[in-house]
Amino acid sequence: MTIRVLVAKVGLDGHDRGIKVVARTLRDAGMEVVYTGLFQTPETVAVAAIQEDVDVVGLSMLSGAHLTLVPLVVQALRARGSDIPVVVGGIVPPSDVAVLMAAGVAGVLGPGASGDSVISTITQAATTG
Amino acid sequence: MTNDSYEIWHKAFERSTLRDSTFATMSGIELNPVYGPHDGEFPGLFPYTRGPHASMYRSKLWTMRMFAGFGLATDTNERFKEIIRSGGDGLSTAFDMPTLLGLDSDDVMALGEVGRCGVAIDSLADMTDLYAGIDLSRTTTSMTINSPAAVIFAMFIAQAEASGVPRARLGGTLQNDILKEYQAQKEFVFPPRPSMRLVRDTMAFTASQMPKWNSISVSGYHIREAGSTAVEELAFTLANGFAYVELARGAGLEPDEVAPRLSFFFNAHIDFFEEIAKYRAARQLWATWMRDHYGATNPKSHQLRFHTQTAGVSLTATQPEVNIVRTAIEALAGVLGGTQSLHTNSMDEALALPTEKAARIALRTQQVLAYETGVANVADPLGGSDFVESLTTEMARQAEEIFAEVLAMGEGSMLEGVINGIESNYFQGKIADSAYVLERSFNKGLRVVVGANRFLEGNEDTDLETLLITQSDERKQVERLAEVRRSRDDGAVRRSLKRLATEAADPEVNLMPALIDAAANYVTVGETMATLAGSFGRYVESVSI
Repeated sequence: MTIRVLVAKVGLDGHDRGIKVVARTLRDAGMEVVYTGLFQTPETVAVAAIQEDVDVVGLSMLSGAHLTLVPLVVQALRARGSDIPVVVGGIVPPSDVAVLMAAGVAGVLGPGASGDSVISTITQAATTG
Repeated sequence: MTNDSYEIWHKAFERSTLRDSTFATMSGIELNPVYGPHDGEFPGLFPYTRGPHASMYRSKLWTMRMFAGFGLATDTNERFKEIIRSGGDGLSTAFDMPTLLGLDSDDVMALGEVGRCGVAIDSLADMTDLYAGIDLSRTTTSMTINSPAAVIFAMFIAQAEASGVPRARLGGTLQNDILKEYQAQKEFVFPPRPSMRLVRDTMAFTASQMPKWNSISVSGYHIREAGSTAVEELAFTLANGFAYVELARGAGLEPDEVAPRLSFFFNAHIDFFEEIAKYRAARQLWATWMRDHYGATNPKSHQLRFHTQTAGVSLTATQPEVNIVRTAIEALAGVLGGTQSLHTNSMDEALALPTEKAARIALRTQQVLAYETGVANVADPLGGSDFVESLTTEMARQAEEIFAEVLAMGEGSMLEGVINGIESNYFQGKIADSAYVLERSFNKGLRVVVGANRFLEGNEDTDLETLLITQSDERKQVERLAEVRRSRDDGAVRRSLKRLATEAADPEVNLMPALIDAAANYVTVGETMATLAGSFGRYVESVSI
């Protein structure tokens, strides 16, 4: 079965190099990828993920707002009765990884994550989540 | 011509004031100010491939301009003072995401972003704290702001004049390069055309009232960071520069009135010689186009001056200390390429904003280059190398091909070509394609990144301390903003906003006086931008992967 992924930018950060590279990487690995575009809120991401019936949500973060915004995305999904797993990629200090995992995130991909590790983390989240 | 060029250069060099330094090697060998075949080009002479000035760093070293900004204005003010104490000689302000998008700190969209990626500025009160105790008639400042550039600039002028420094004495640079926002950085608010009206207004205002101010820093840095090749960075940036020249001309400002106040901002990536060739090609192309296409006759219009920042994307989160080495090599490329100012990234920036210690090491890197290595003794030391000269020529040739494409999209107008290219996703698509090509070459191991895809021993060591910005900063800033709203004169705020709305609706009016008036009355960035959006509308990017 083809894995469907929603990749999203929440908050005000416009750096979209990473998310576009990840989107193409996943698409070339045979997944169906939906990109939300910039400046999303936790609610718009949750609604889009449910509407698009995706298997995984991927959030791309650079601005340092991950500890605030990522848990809100997880909560917005759960509040709507959805158990879609959330994976985070971007500029995340190692000390924040445990905090994000405790907030219900299925995986964190730091800067420099290889294409293979992006594919395997998303695949694992989709199949176990 | 041969000997003439040498004579003209020699006379210009003789007229230059030199730094107090020996300009000899460690063994005592005296060095010439420039080397190279005398039938070749010289620094300070058209087309300036070898540098904008005859004496280059023998007269003045590059400005060590460190980019800083985080938390509240008072936090950044302390960092600025630390930079000045450590021997940095120019300031460069990083604003947080809400400010970059023209939102106040209490806006619902600002949640979690206040003071994170830069300093939070909402009103004149914050701007006053930001530069408190810094003599703005002596220290030049650069402000990295684009969509709300005119608004922040007005606030800066209002606080400087309130502290007794008249606008005509202010020296510095406003980034104000909105075109690359649509292409790469993506911090846009208004659609391209009304945004360009604000750029026009700042250009006209500085041309008539602020002779020491650079109205735009035409920026390739973000284009490159977003994934472009070096050639695309070169070509897109210069095309944007030509677009601004055409914009000014449309407003009745001759190229010679505005071009001397345009500066440039390039990336220094890790491919050493390609970067050096890029800077040389940029100077040559700009000079040639300004003279031949735009009829500029003032040499200052021909001389491309630029700021350099080392490549953030080249840094690794693993083995972060190795980033000091990358940054040093990239900085050296900027210096050998003749940069006028330089920011060196800190080793921890793939993880977080830099700590004070990491930022100090980055500044020390520049000081080692400037004062220990001797690389500032000779202008364009690689000029005359067949390798560097032919790479320069090839990059210029490929950039010309891209100029031709952009001109074709604008039916002969670079301004229209750039705007049409943005609207048709030309630039964004090219940048995303190049980013993906590079990423695949990393993934296949065709390009090596130490600590990322090879030489991984040591990657598990993650004890580097990173800067913490707490939620309490956001709360403090929101409280501070509430206090500003309580204590200001509401009648004056209403009058300022009404004037702004009226003038924004008339595209012939220069908005700078109304913006300065609003800033002086403590109208916030968010209120000002929302009022402008009433006339200008808001830009929504078409989504593409």
